[in-house]
Amino acid sequence: MEVRVFRGVPGGEQGEVAYDVPPVEGMVVLDAIHHIQKHLQTDLACRWNCKAAKCGSCSAEINGTPRLMCKTRIDELPEGPVTVRPLAAFPLIKDLVTDVSWNYEVNKKIPPFTAAEGDRGPWRIQEVDIDRLYEFRRCIECFLCQDVCHILRNHDMRDRFYGPRFFVRVAGLEMHPKDVLNRVEQTRAEGGLGLCNITKCCTEVCPEHIHITDNAIIPLKERNADAHWDPINFVRRKLRRDSGGGAATRGLDEEPAGGPPR
Amino acid sequence: MASETTAMGPSAGASTRPSAGPGLVARLRRDAPWWVLPATVVTSLTTFSGYALWTALLGHDRWGPYLSPFYSPEIAAGRTRASSAIFVAGAPLLFRFTCYYYRKAYYRSFLLDPPACAVRDPHRTYSGETSFPTVLNNLHRYVWWLVAIVVSFLWLDVFRAFFGTGADSGHIWLGVGTGVMLGNVVLLTAYSASCHSFRHMVGGHVDCFSCVRFGKARYQAWRGVTLLNIRHPMWAWVSMFSVWGTDIYLRMLQAGWFLDPHIRF
Amino acid sequence: MAEPYTTIDCDVLVVGAGGTGLRAAVAAAEAGCRVQVVSKSLLGKAHTVMAEGGIAAGLGNVDADDSWTVHFADTMRGGKMLNNWRMVEIYAKEVIDRVFELERWGGLFDRTEDGRIMQRAFGAHSHRRLCHVGDRTGLELIRTCQDKAVHTPGVEVSMEYTLTQLLGDGHHVTGAIGYDRNDGQFVVVRAKAVVLATGGWGRMYRTTSNSWEGTGDGAAMAYLAGAELLDMEFVQFHPTGMIWPPGARGILVTEAVRGEGGMLFNSEGQRFMLEYDPQKKDLSSRDVVARSIFKEVKAGRGTPHGGAYLDIRHRGAEYIKKKLPSMWEQFHSLASVDITREPMEVYPTIHYTMGGVRVDPESAATRVAALYAAGEVAGGLHGSNRLGGNSLGDILVFGKRAGEYAAEYAKTVGSAPVIADAQVAEAQSDALRFLAGDGDATGENPYLLHEALQDAMQDDAGIARDQQSLTRSLEAILELQERAKRMRVGGGRVLNPGWHSCMDVVNMLTVSEAIVRSALERKESRGSQWRLDYPDLSEEQGRVNYAVYRDGELMRIRAVPLEPIPVELSRHLEDG
Ligand SMILES: Cc1cc2nc3c(=O)[nH]c(=O)nc-3n(C[C@H](O)[C@H](O)[C@H](O)COP(=O)(O)OP(=O)(O)OC[C@H]3O[C@@H](n4cnc5c(N)ncnc54)[C@H](O)[C@@H]3O)c2cc1C
Ligand code: SF4
Ligand code: SF4
Ligand code: FES
Ligand code: FES
Repeated sequence: MEVRVFRGVPGGEQGEVAYDVPPVEGMVVLDAIHHIQKHLQTDLACRWNCKAAKCGSCSAEINGTPRLMCKTRIDELPEGPVTVRPLAAFPLIKDLVTDVSWNYEVNKKIPPFTAAEGDRGPWRIQEVDIDRLYEFRRCIECFLCQDVCHILRNHDMRDRFYGPRFFVRVAGLEMHPKDVLNRVEQTRAEGGLGLCNITKCCTEVCPEHIHITDNAIIPLKERNADAHWDPINFVRRKLRRDSGGGAATRGLDEEPAGGPPR
Repeated sequence: MASETTAMGPSAGASTRPSAGPGLVARLRRDAPWWVLPATVVTSLTTFSGYALWTALLGHDRWGPYLSPFYSPEIAAGRTRASSAIFVAGAPLLFRFTCYYYRKAYYRSFLLDPPACAVRDPHRTYSGETSFPTVLNNLHRYVWWLVAIVVSFLWLDVFRAFFGTGADSGHIWLGVGTGVMLGNVVLLTAYSASCHSFRHMVGGHVDCFSCVRFGKARYQAWRGVTLLNIRHPMWAWVSMFSVWGTDIYLRMLQAGWFLDPHIRF
Repeated sequence: MAEPYTTIDCDVLVVGAGGTGLRAAVAAAEAGCRVQVVSKSLLGKAHTVMAEGGIAAGLGNVDADDSWTVHFADTMRGGKMLNNWRMVEIYAKEVIDRVFELERWGGLFDRTEDGRIMQRAFGAHSHRRLCHVGDRTGLELIRTCQDKAVHTPGVEVSMEYTLTQLLGDGHHVTGAIGYDRNDGQFVVVRAKAVVLATGGWGRMYRTTSNSWEGTGDGAAMAYLAGAELLDMEFVQFHPTGMIWPPGARGILVTEAVRGEGGMLFNSEGQRFMLEYDPQKKDLSSRDVVARSIFKEVKAGRGTPHGGAYLDIRHRGAEYIKKKLPSMWEQFHSLASVDITREPMEVYPTIHYTMGGVRVDPESAATRVAALYAAGEVAGGLHGSNRLGGNSLGDILVFGKRAGEYAAEYAKTVGSAPVIADAQVAEAQSDALRFLAGDGDATGENPYLLHEALQDAMQDDAGIARDQQSLTRSLEAILELQERAKRMRVGGGRVLNPGWHSCMDVVNMLTVSEAIVRSALERKESRGSQWRLDYPDLSEEQGRVNYAVYRDGELMRIRAVPLEPIPVELSRHLEDG
């Protein structure tokens, strides 16, 4: 079986190298890479940790598609050589490894979970208030969604766009019943929420089957529309501000009566 | 279109949704070239818009108790049918143009932004939905209200077709045409009730259901809409074809190609 | 002369970014220290992320009569009384607060009807005690701690750095040296106190649920720096790992499957656990269940691939997908098995190391000044067998304590410690000698040595062992240690996994030697140690722990008597 693996370092020689790997029943692409490391090329670089699709380390592009190497079985791929290349949206370090540290910088910019002052629990939280959050919390930070998103991949708008992974993060915080901050405006202004054109490639590649676009991005866009495109809300906000009520950090969505339009 | 609704992923709670479609996976298997889907979308959307425009300009009359969805509600009596149709068809068209699903479809298929996942898009600059005109898509929620009105009239039309209008009133009319109209309005209702903006309005904006008034009911409503919303792309397509089909059916009746099989009592 | 290196200065160096390291970092930073966290992988990828079942805490949300005292008793009994009772006491009391704290930091748990944290049954816990979120509790824990840590002022994180050696004089540490995995350049971290949070070691076995990181670096470094390693013979076999397909062998099947009602069957359809442990049945302690599966397979009642069946189908598809989503996904994608319709095939897999660096129960201090250790790398809490869910609690409770005590110590140190240039130079050449440079790549291949070590450990120091097999294993290890000196790899210093493996192999060999020497010393069967030649508990050996320490170039071992349990506590052991 032929496995063509991208090799190279920035500024150095780069290209695909073909290796012959003996097929084993049920093997995944990562098994093939390990075989190469062990027997053919000890310095072939790749990232991996759990080999059980739980940590999100082994992201790569397999036959042109962003996937986890430990979760892609060779027998589900078409006959013929398998190509394995590093993520295209991030700077190459070596072989299959890219520099994803930018993602961790983005995460630092997002204000963390913050409960109301003095609200220290232990809490009673109803299942109905958090059942949509579990999905967001499944994210294993594989950054496949970041890789496939054309805004990062083709347009390289890192300075203006957080990327789908962090919209998932923000959505998880915004919809948390105990969180009191509002990050929607930041996500619009700094995170480039409006740049997303909901073309759903992120959703297609997410190995955790998180419905990034439908359940995180679109609801955030709607919340943003509440804030910027809703005259009724605009008036309400004005009135409330004049009467001195409503702390600036409290979003409309926390108002007991709920945000219009109703 | 049905691509969004095939493979099943694992599920958890209310956010249970089928997993992403075979777009990319298909490419992984190398059995469908990436351009097939965009090409299909371009063809159907262009034809539909063309047809809608043509039909609106053309205008036509009722056939028996039936009214084409393109002409409802019958407003602005006295003017020509054509101009009212342009007005009336405008709302649903705007609705579809600002619909999150159709946005995805045309950004990908018409604007090639991107043409398919992990396929390079050809543009040098990009502003997404941050500048005119696409930024106006934020107004989708208001168009929803317009369409809600139109859809209520369509329900009214079905009732009127059923109970007869004008000279026919007092009778019950059951025909294939009534069925066609009913099917159409059901699909349109499913389409607009599965709308993302509607989902936001009924409960999506609430952070803590158990802390707000009528929280339970709102949660249930949100869940219901969510279930419909999972298949939003499907509703979008079938309701588009049903509108189209209904109009064609009535047009054929008018042209006298055949008679609507019906019973009247 | 040392070759150039970068120096990082901090008050507290935390080695490891699993739950332990992150919790320690937050604690030390909140105490006012500048903290440097270092990890071999990216942030959030440590072992902790793989934990599935849950975190044990006597909240009594589901079974109202549960409490810390019952949790204390269960843990002591599970460890066959070899645990450090004081650690268990601290743990059982404080884990309750740590769980609530996690929630306060934004962690989510499954809920009960009335909105409290849901708890599930787990092996050898007498009550439903494991707080969980589906079967990805570890992910929730590490993400919550990660977000807390990166937003805590004073915490700096360096990802993908491997530390290779603690610096100091054998009685006192002053920092550590290592390299940046990505460019191969050396880094020295100068610290007033060091917290080891490097997790466990399972990679010296062939079948393991552990990731590549589980090479025992922390234990080996601590041993070389003068600390003692306690209870090293106790290596936990998790009863249920995947066995098919071959590439998936060893991947964990969470105990939550049995916690949620899954049952074990042999190929003849018998529920054999009814026989081996009629009371706790499938939820008996891990050592018992693992041995039972082993015996069934040995007796010829194994499945086609040589394991046991684990069946959860009776709970229904919807429930399974809600409570065990990642198990469903794992079997579906890796083995093409739909666990809502077919049983799983399972076999024991190396999972956890009870033993580790010997620490003070209160402060997590080792016998080397300024060096602290907590989490899986430390020993003492779990005795001879760990109960499921007790590790995620362990890492938070003792992570926090280690951070606090290390910070307290660091504050007593006046100025930044001095690093001896000679020591740095020596550590550098220790690492660089494996690079063949041009030409000479004829040495030993680290991957193949690793494989040979796995054979020696899996076959001769595995689930069942005796004098003969252990002796064989020790001989093999000593021979491999010689061969390891001749390891050579090609390639340069930029992200060269072959080179990194060389250093891992050295650590694994050290730790393996400690495991086998301790196993030879303990001539009884207790907890995870199953000696075929000494099948029974020995009262005499039940009164001591064995500790391995370094004496020049020699590895020595000594018996450390257990401290008697005070009466107030031993009372709890008699209840129930
Ligand atoms: C599959 C699986 C499932 C589990 N399920 C459960 C469960 O349900 N409940 C439970 O209680 N426990 C469970 N456990 C056990 C538990 O997850 C671990 O014991 C625990 O997470 C260990 O945490 P830690 O912080 O001590 O170490 P780890 O999480 O292992 O972190 C070690 C850190 O040290 C770093 N490190 C190591 N060596 C070096 C070095 N040389 N230089 C720099 N950094 C280094 C690593 O990069 C890593 O960041 C499970 C374990 C596994 C493998
Ligand atoms: S839906 Fe938005 S975030 Fe996701 S890939 Fe497309 S443009 Fe990027
Ligand atoms: S959202 Fe999905 S694709 Fe994106 S990082 Fe998380 S798990 Fe990966
Ligand atoms: S190695 Fe952890 S996700 Fe693949
Ligand atoms: S999102 Fe499609 S109709 Fe509103």
